[in-house]
Amino acid sequence: MRIYEYQAHEVFSSHGIPTPQMELTRTARGAEEIAKRFARPVAVKAQVLVGGRGRAGAVKIAQSPDETHEAASRILSLHVKGERVREVLVQEALQIKEEYYLGITVDRSHRCPVVMASPSGGVEIEEVAKLTPQRIFKKLIHPLVGFQNYQARLLAFSLSRNKERATGIADILTSLFRIFEELDCSLAEINPLVITEDEKLCALDAKIVIDDNALYRHPELSSLGNIEAEDPLEVKARQRGLSYVRLDGEIGCIVNGAGLAMATMDLVKRYGSEPANFLDIGGGASKDRVSSALDIVLSDRKVKAILVNIFGGITRCDVVADGLKEAITRMKLNLPLVIRLSGTNEDEGRARLAHTKAILAGSMDEAARIAVREAKK
Amino acid sequence: MSILVCSDTRVVVQGITGREGSFHTAGMKEYGTKIVAGVTPGREGERVDGIPVYNTVKKARQESAANTSVIYVPHQFAPDAILEAADAGVELIVCITEGISTLDMIKVCCYVSIRGSRLIGPNSPGVISPGKTKVGIMPGAIHKEGSVGVVSRSGTLTYEVVQNLSMSDLGQSTCVGIGGDSIIGSSFVDILSLFEEDSETQAIVLIGEIGGRDEEEAAAFIREKVTKPVVALVAGRCAPREKRMGHAGAIISGGEGTADHKIKAFEEASISVAESPGNVAQILRAELEQEGDRQNL
Repeated sequence: MRIYEYQAHEVFSSHGIPTPQMELTRTARGAEEIAKRFARPVAVKAQVLVGGRGRAGAVKIAQSPDETHEAASRILSLHVKGERVREVLVQEALQIKEEYYLGITVDRSHRCPVVMASPSGGVEIEEVAKLTPQRIFKKLIHPLVGFQNYQARLLAFSLSRNKERATGIADILTSLFRIFEELDCSLAEINPLVITEDEKLCALDAKIVIDDNALYRHPELSSLGNIEAEDPLEVKARQRGLSYVRLDGEIGCIVNGAGLAMATMDLVKRYGSEPANFLDIGGGASKDRVSSALDIVLSDRKVKAILVNIFGGITRCDVVADGLKEAITRMKLNLPLVIRLSGTNEDEGRARLAHTKAILAGSMDEAARIAVREAKK
Repeated sequence: MSILVCSDTRVVVQGITGREGSFHTAGMKEYGTKIVAGVTPGREGERVDGIPVYNTVKKARQESAANTSVIYVPHQFAPDAILEAADAGVELIVCITEGISTLDMIKVCCYVSIRGSRLIGPNSPGVISPGKTKVGIMPGAIHKEGSVGVVSRSGTLTYEVVQNLSMSDLGQSTCVGIGGDSIIGSSFVDILSLFEEDSETQAIVLIGEIGGRDEEEAAAFIREKVTKPVVALVAGRCAPREKRMGHAGAIISGGEGTADHKIKAFEEASISVAESPGNVAQILRAELEQEGDRQNL
């Protein structure tokens, strides 16, 4: 779960990381007032949970309260990658001498945290990694020993040989690692960490992503994840115990198991169409869960055909068939529905769907082919 | 010999009195697995399906000489359960539980390797050596004894492929679900090296998906070290970036972990990549025939 920049700044600040003066608002008028109070140039930044807001024109520098009003009003009317901007952060604009990058994430291959520092701050770290990988310094952290002061110094001195600066950077790294562990982060990042003209360190931006699997340990954080910003269908699916991701295609997919769901989507593409979604109904799915799944897929207006692919192991094909049949009757379905059932109780499942409009397919390849054909009719 | 588990494997079930634990204990027993003990703290003296329950893994091991543990406890307690098994000297720990936090798993993996245990999972369907033993939740009936080793990050997708293999008369030596999380105890490379050394395994099917670099590392390892034919399948060509596709580990992050990149890595290592679960068996059959021709020359 990603949290907003202003929330991440609050976390930074409470852990002693220097942050600029800033305030949050929902209106252009509010932004103007904040700029007046700050009495200096400000940055107006959209608060969204997706990346790429700079490129979307959702971050602007304003020299005066009037300019701030104008910038905020424009930004508050924007969508960034489909997410509507509801709030802006008004931040004092600083005179910047240098921009660094600091970040901590998990190295999957080495199964440990990795702390990264780069003198090329202010641009996306993936770009730096591609163009000038030698400008990223990394330290793998032993899971049982933890982040040590010498490692912080090592990274800090590779960014700056100035003793005061390096000490400051090392302290920030140590605090950032504490945040990373305490909040169960999958990413904690400062980009950029700036040196101002008066030689002060300041975290201009703040990014924190929390491991969804650890949210149960942080009830205080679950209120931070902003349901408003998420796709309403994805929220609804989650509330019903389904794993759903909306995509752009026209074939609605309902599958049991994440890997099988991805493989089913791949077949849809292979046979010439695009999946409308990823949807995993999970293991041992009940009638209700199947019926909810159909409900959610049908709420997506782009869907032109539905493809159900079930491999019965613990999940029983007859139970899935009952759920589907009930939903078909209840919803007066008028889209083509292609169903493939295989495994536990598949014959009983097929028998229950025999006198419905559903098209029964023998294999997942066949099912995908038929669904694509039906959608094009 | 199969890998990891065989007819002599003696299993202790951690979380045996829970809903999942008791349900799958019955399934494993029915398959012929030697379930010798169960553990649920505070329930010592009870029996589940005739299997004695103990308070601790240590006691269970002393009483039953179990060498393998399978874990069905809820995610909040699973890291502790894995550590307990490793500390009690269990050789193989198979963790079925989904939803364990990443930072917990980092510490757990490190400790397990210090103790010299081997961990499969978490978020794994388990390990099965058809006709011998099943340690996990997969449907036993779709499997068939044979010489194909299967290693995969997912559950039902593996069942789909295994059923196709069995119907094409390509039985399996062992099928290993390494788990769908981003931090797992055993990687593709770990399992591939066991299959390469296993005399009963003649060919390998690898089922990967988006996220991480495990498939890329597997491709490099196969090129260098694996002499047996390998067919790969990679799920998630349509997956968008920065979106988790069901499995905690199935996410393209910072541009890393795309299906295309993984497929390219396999192709560059001259490993056949199947387009669909439905044609893995066919490609494997062709590879085996080619291999046979080569040996007859």
